[in-house]
Amino acid sequence: MKNYYINGIGSISAQPTLGENDFSENFKELDQNIVAAFKPNYKEYIKPALIRRMSKGVKIGVVASSIAMKEAGVEKPEAIITGTGMGCVNDSDKFLKNIIDNDEQFLTPTSFIQSTHNTVGAQIALGLGCKSYNVTYVHGATSFESALIDAMLMIDEERSNVLVGGVDELGSYTTSLYNLIDHVKKEETLHDGILASNSKGAVFSEGAQFFVLEDKKNNKTYARLVDLALYNSLAEENIEHKLKQFLNENKLNISDLDVVIFGLNGDVEYDRIYKNLMGSVFKNKQQLYYKHLSGEYNTSSSFGMFSACQILQNQKIPGILKLNKVKETAVKYILLYNQYRGENHSFTLLSSC
Amino acid sequence: MIKGVAVTGMGIISSIGNTVEENFQSLISLKPGISRIKKINTVHRDTIKVGEIDLTNDELIEFLDLSKDNNYSRTALLAEVAVVEALENANISDINNYKTGLISSTSVGGMDMTEKHYYSQFKEIKNRKYIESHTAGDSTNKIANRIGISDFVTTISTACSSSANAIMLGARMIRSGKLDRVVVGGADCLSKFTINGFKTLMILSETDCKPFDENRTGLNLGEAAAYLVLESDRIVKEENKQVLAYVSGYANANDAFHQTASSENGEGAFLAMTQALKVANLVPENIDYINAHGTATPNNDLSESRAIIRVFGDSLPYLSSTKAYTGHTLAAAAVVEAVYSILALRNDVILPNLNFQTAMAETSIVPVTKILNKKLQHILSNSFGFGGNCSTIIFSKS
Repeated sequence: MKNYYINGIGSISAQPTLGENDFSENFKELDQNIVAAFKPNYKEYIKPALIRRMSKGVKIGVVASSIAMKEAGVEKPEAIITGTGMGCVNDSDKFLKNIIDNDEQFLTPTSFIQSTHNTVGAQIALGLGCKSYNVTYVHGATSFESALIDAMLMIDEERSNVLVGGVDELGSYTTSLYNLIDHVKKEETLHDGILASNSKGAVFSEGAQFFVLEDKKNNKTYARLVDLALYNSLAEENIEHKLKQFLNENKLNISDLDVVIFGLNGDVEYDRIYKNLMGSVFKNKQQLYYKHLSGEYNTSSSFGMFSACQILQNQKIPGILKLNKVKETAVKYILLYNQYRGENHSFTLLSSC
Repeated sequence: MIKGVAVTGMGIISSIGNTVEENFQSLISLKPGISRIKKINTVHRDTIKVGEIDLTNDELIEFLDLSKDNNYSRTALLAEVAVVEALENANISDINNYKTGLISSTSVGGMDMTEKHYYSQFKEIKNRKYIESHTAGDSTNKIANRIGISDFVTTISTACSSSANAIMLGARMIRSGKLDRVVVGGADCLSKFTINGFKTLMILSETDCKPFDENRTGLNLGEAAAYLVLESDRIVKEENKQVLAYVSGYANANDAFHQTASSENGEGAFLAMTQALKVANLVPENIDYINAHGTATPNNDLSESRAIIRVFGDSLPYLSSTKAYTGHTLAAAAVVEAVYSILALRNDVILPNLNFQTAMAETSIVPVTKILNKKLQHILSNSFGFGGNCSTIIFSKS
């Protein structure tokens, strides 16, 4: 195993994450149940002729990846690895709706061509003329983490840098279906934030976080990605055991963790899993959350990793992320724990450099 | 030469058979599974031909012994049938006695049910169960739950090269020691979505597809699922496992030319083949047979031919595409052809390229058109997809 350093980050989210200043300075808790991402000035990053044709997921993916690469000073990555739960959901839905509404007549190929899950990764490669390894992971709430595991393997296999990210766009048909089955929170329960909402479902949003992972540290390095583990299904009573096992494999104990970041999304049915750990094994730790800022989407955990990297580099924890008050110390190890609806669990361990 | 990662089990369901043995019998008896579509009510019924699996969803549900109120898409049903066979074939009784993962792949996922219930999900509560089975990861989760894999489970989607990348990741995870055993593969069912998608691109053949033919008319879509069990040398040794073949080389490169079309000189394909040979520590002369992507579209077959000539020069190995048997099974294509390549290796038989008559003027490549018995040591298999995704896997005799 080699060392994996995060040397560049680009984020487009429901918060103003494009700023140069304190990363959380202008963050506000989301107060609607479906929130679009901030619109960057696409013209700064993408040729105008392409902007009109690209779907939002592709555009925010291209922008976030260009920012990450610029920051790391990488022009052509040696691998492009993308995680996306739903892929290009709007093009996919548009093509399907036309098939059904027009009884398979008068169709044009554009939205079909752009509907495949690998379109974001493909368009990044096309824009860069990058012929290297290119893969897209599409496994629900562990899509981004699957991409990270592959990125770590790539570094182990002697690649010096990898562009890796998570991206998902909101799709109106999908959210209208998720409304029906209470995956989207009822807006009227959101007056006092997601934690007080006491209702089923989550606030839905979209975003793209891309990272440049390199085998070498430099003066811009945010953090070191220590290790990552996925558990497709994990009984609640086994979480603590698996966590200890994961930390042991990295020669660490729970006492070594300085900060734990939870994927709490306000869903009364499944936040319980986090809350039980918060009240027991992580009781005296600095506990943070972020989905009140990023909203929920299959790859929203990449916003969690973005936040962790900022904290490790700045050695400052923004109040808006805090779930509890503990005495501030230097932050060396941060653990992210995420699951969605009781499935697709992941532990991501980061360290300062 | 390095040995590679052992394949110890395989399972498949395609339009030419519901098991590995049935597929092999169809292959060597030159029996294609291409017909008019029966199970999907499409306006293109009389103008396209497809590789459709005979079994209905109800028959598959019965075979898998699922409850009446299940929310399986056809993709998930096909996937489970193939996975069950692969595990039996690998003679695995306790899946968790070694660190085991699952890497599946799909392009349409649960699209068949979404298109069927597109509007009715809003009105009828009973159809809402399919909302969650739409996503690409759903069939993977179902397989994982059925066979009891709880930790490393993921899904890949790189269009028509998806399952090649699943095989590649699986082999890399074993080589790195992160897993001891991994089930890899992919599944895609036929859907109105893909039929109409490829129709609008004007690359669906109205008749039986003719890979590598001068007068090729486009592709036949197909549906299939196939899975391989890959195991570490440690398991092979400790459990005295029979090795069907080795995954000795693999590579993934991007054509970075166009979202759907392949570049004229097949740069991505060239890179994938060259790098896979390097990983396997082989030279082009070591390859005995190429199982080509060969979809029978004008663009793919020309671009792939040029890339093959760039890699192999004047001394081309035997070559064929098996797409005329099964149709193009999208995300499953690479692993379907992995099963065929392993069958070819084990039986020392080159599988023919059906329906071929005239060589392409540009390249003069003549594929194998009859069953050919030859000693085979190494087979190279190509799979390419939208988004410039090009992958090559090399299988070597055990």
